[in-house]
Amino acid sequence: MATATHLLTPEEANAHPAPEAVVVRFAGDSGDGMQLTGGQFTLSTALAGNDLATFPDFPAEIRAPQGTTFGVSAFQINFGSTAIETAGDSPDVLVAMNPAALKTNVNDLKPGGLIIADEGEFGVRNLAKAGYEGNPLEDGSLAKWQLIKFNISQLTLDAVKPFGLGNKEALRCKNMWTLGLALWMFDRDRGPIEQWLRTKFAKAPELVEANIAALNAGHAYGETAEIGGQIPQHHIEPAPAEPGLYRTVNGAEAISMGLVAGAQLAGLKMFFGGYPITPASAILHHLSRLKEFGVTTFQAEDEIAAIGSAIGASYAGSLGVTSSSGPGIALKAEAMGLAIMTELPLVIINSQRGGPSTGLPTKTEQSDLYQAVYGRNGDAPMPVIAARSPADAFDCAIEACRIAVQYMTPVMLLTDGYIANAAEPWKVPDMSGYQPFKVEFYEEVPEEGAGFNPYARDEKLKRPWIRPGTYGLTHRIGGIEKNVGTGHIDYAPANHQTMTDIRQNKVLGIADAIPEQDVCLGAAGGTLAVVGWGSTYGPIHQAVRRARAKGLDVSHIHIRHIWPLPKNLGDLLKSFDKVIVPEMNTGQLKTVLRDQYLVDARPVNKVSGQPFKIAEIEAAIQEALQ
Amino acid sequence: MNEMTKLTAKDFATDQEVRWCPGCGDYAVLKAVQRTLPEIGVRPENTVFVSGIGCSSRFPYYMETYGFHTIHGRAPTFATGIKLANPDLSVWIITGDGDALSIGGNHTMHVLRRNLDCQILLFNNEIYGLTKGQYSPTSRVGTRSPSTPFGSVDRPASPCAFALGSGARFIARGIDVHKNLPDVLKAAHAHKGAAFVEIYQNCIVYNDDVFAPFTAKENSGNQLWLKAGEPMLFSAGTKGIALDREALALKVVDVVDGDWQAAEVLVHDPRNRSVAHMLVEMPFGAFPTALGVLYEDPAPTFESAVVEQNAQAASGKVPDLQALVSKGQSWEVTKEPHLI
Repeated sequence: MATATHLLTPEEANAHPAPEAVVVRFAGDSGDGMQLTGGQFTLSTALAGNDLATFPDFPAEIRAPQGTTFGVSAFQINFGSTAIETAGDSPDVLVAMNPAALKTNVNDLKPGGLIIADEGEFGVRNLAKAGYEGNPLEDGSLAKWQLIKFNISQLTLDAVKPFGLGNKEALRCKNMWTLGLALWMFDRDRGPIEQWLRTKFAKAPELVEANIAALNAGHAYGETAEIGGQIPQHHIEPAPAEPGLYRTVNGAEAISMGLVAGAQLAGLKMFFGGYPITPASAILHHLSRLKEFGVTTFQAEDEIAAIGSAIGASYAGSLGVTSSSGPGIALKAEAMGLAIMTELPLVIINSQRGGPSTGLPTKTEQSDLYQAVYGRNGDAPMPVIAARSPADAFDCAIEACRIAVQYMTPVMLLTDGYIANAAEPWKVPDMSGYQPFKVEFYEEVPEEGAGFNPYARDEKLKRPWIRPGTYGLTHRIGGIEKNVGTGHIDYAPANHQTMTDIRQNKVLGIADAIPEQDVCLGAAGGTLAVVGWGSTYGPIHQAVRRARAKGLDVSHIHIRHIWPLPKNLGDLLKSFDKVIVPEMNTGQLKTVLRDQYLVDARPVNKVSGQPFKIAEIEAAIQEALQ
Repeated sequence: MNEMTKLTAKDFATDQEVRWCPGCGDYAVLKAVQRTLPEIGVRPENTVFVSGIGCSSRFPYYMETYGFHTIHGRAPTFATGIKLANPDLSVWIITGDGDALSIGGNHTMHVLRRNLDCQILLFNNEIYGLTKGQYSPTSRVGTRSPSTPFGSVDRPASPCAFALGSGARFIARGIDVHKNLPDVLKAAHAHKGAAFVEIYQNCIVYNDDVFAPFTAKENSGNQLWLKAGEPMLFSAGTKGIALDREALALKVVDVVDGDWQAAEVLVHDPRNRSVAHMLVEMPFGAFPTALGVLYEDPAPTFESAVVEQNAQAASGKVPDLQALVSKGQSWEVTKEPHLI
């Protein structure tokens, strides 16, 4: 979904052959290494210059019982010579490492699509575990697809025999054999994978050699036509892109780097308090390796301690950051209220997952919008930003840091499990192009006998940031309502009214410091606006593009600033006859838009733990226009 | 007041009206702290009082230092962030029996285990004051309260035993109105690491005189004030604590004519963890209440270890943002899309 960099000009579109894209899904047991296979295939695909988007989909269980349908782990990649915005609706190729993987994935495959199956795993026991009565590879039930089967397990064992591995270890090389075959199928270079294997298993040379042997054997299997030319080979041309240096990035990496950049632009040290939770932990892992940027990471005893320590660090003059996912965010809510009340900067990352409660820990959903905007006791306004893609998360993280320090407020950045895990090509930004927003702490010592007001306001209603350790400015803050200026405890009715209004107006005033809402595809007014936020960007964008190609008057509006909303959004929405809001929840942004603008925004909802398919949104567009 | 003036207790008092009930033990603790700080030479601007929620947690508003009145039970978490962000600050956590051992038990355990350099003053009044008198996790079995009209049935937690079990390296006890409290506070401040101080604090409204059996003047014989290197004597030196070697437990022995050696009275060694376990668990009645510094055995502090590791991990590396975003396997796209 490298959107900004892959917009084709008409000339470019005409100068190249018809764009081609392929969707491949690797599926196997959660112990089969499918995520690794997918990740490495992604890397080689990016290096070949294709645009791409991926969708890792894995079970919540670390090692679910082998061979079961609930233990199936899958990785889908969509890559092509044109702009790729989604991980693809339906795979063209399914690699199924066992019967359970076939059973849970085959119905997504396009009619006529290709199945590559490891028949070595289709024994009686595995078939029974997957709930097959007969063997689908033999009984003709897969007739509407192309089927290629061979004994990947045995071929792998043969390939790695010289390295003296135990049977179990030898079979672990299956994923590299499969990857080798996939690399041959799509004319990809094996070099980077070999390099990666040498680093990964640096301490175990026999594993390096065995894995490379498996990789080469899989590649050779395709090349030498041992299967009589059954396997089609595709060459996908590189996608046209803005010139420059590119790399792949996933959301967790992008957020981590964005936070580091944000703290640096603010001239602050960063303190990150986190507690492990899927799918947010990766941010803690990344940041814990970036100490040279003045980053302190703290794995706290729980979610509350994670945010409490981050607020404490902000109070002491660092940029406090915490991150979690829905259930953990719920635990942090009381502390967010304290950060709002004491007006301290804080960035809270919420990698949303399916809910409520523990819900679907490894699946994606956008159902925490209400929680982000409204989910605290009292009138507790807090800015909320949502990233649309892994690469976009970098700029969103910087934006969150900027708002936090410029307005002395906690800010929530919403991503989701899809963004956190998915990878896409990213044009490496030129950091010199980012405007610093250096923080100045308040250090002015008042005249002898004169007090000072820790809750004095500037024109943006921001209060000063005063660090403990500053001479002459000792003062007390806390969660109790405080006097409008002095900050001393003050329960007076008129004071609470004033302070509530100030907190509200300060956050609403952020709308003055954010860009107006743009229309990312189509006209600023017309028949239908498709309004989205977060990771639905890709499918909405493609669906709107297809609809427009058919001559339909449809526009795509994608909202980054969820709270406060951009100032022109109400007028923009009212300039369309109809508004639909596709969301991976039961209609949360829709409700906010209706509430704020009295527009008849209609919901398009999906809560299956899977991202929208382009076709689903196309259908919703058709329906809305009828 | 400039940076070099010698400070007095008054310099640590704010102009805010103190809002505890008349006669509350908190007043005495506040005075003791305000008196102690100038004596140990800390500067107001380098001192932070962090509290949770409860009567005692109003404390920071009355201290002319930096202060953060946070949320119920979570003061140690804020203190951890403050100290990690600025290890030069002197951090004091003010908490109560409900705040530290009920809603905040988890954080109390972890701040002690990690050994963050801070002073933790736990005001134990064995009752919930601010919510109007419900029993607390340190209330004795049978405590009648609005929520336990027939008496509480659950057994109380012992703050010092909890602290020791959590890995605390400094454990002390004091009494709100006792003249020794400043000495206990000074020892806590002098200790590098998490210093846990349980202060018996009288709640005059909801649990009056619950500690009188050892705090009242006429019962001062039931106080065992511990001093490093000195015999464990109490009741004006007529009784002592000795080890029952067969039962591997402590016992009370009579001391005749001050000859404590003859009675085999133990000499207090604050580093002796086994004896510390016995001291914190001594049942009142059969034994006196152990006060002063019960246990002290310093260990490296959390924030110093974090700072050191951060420095090591960063050494030799240049914080180059451009290099960071360019890391990993990358590829160059030229004007014309290149072909493989």
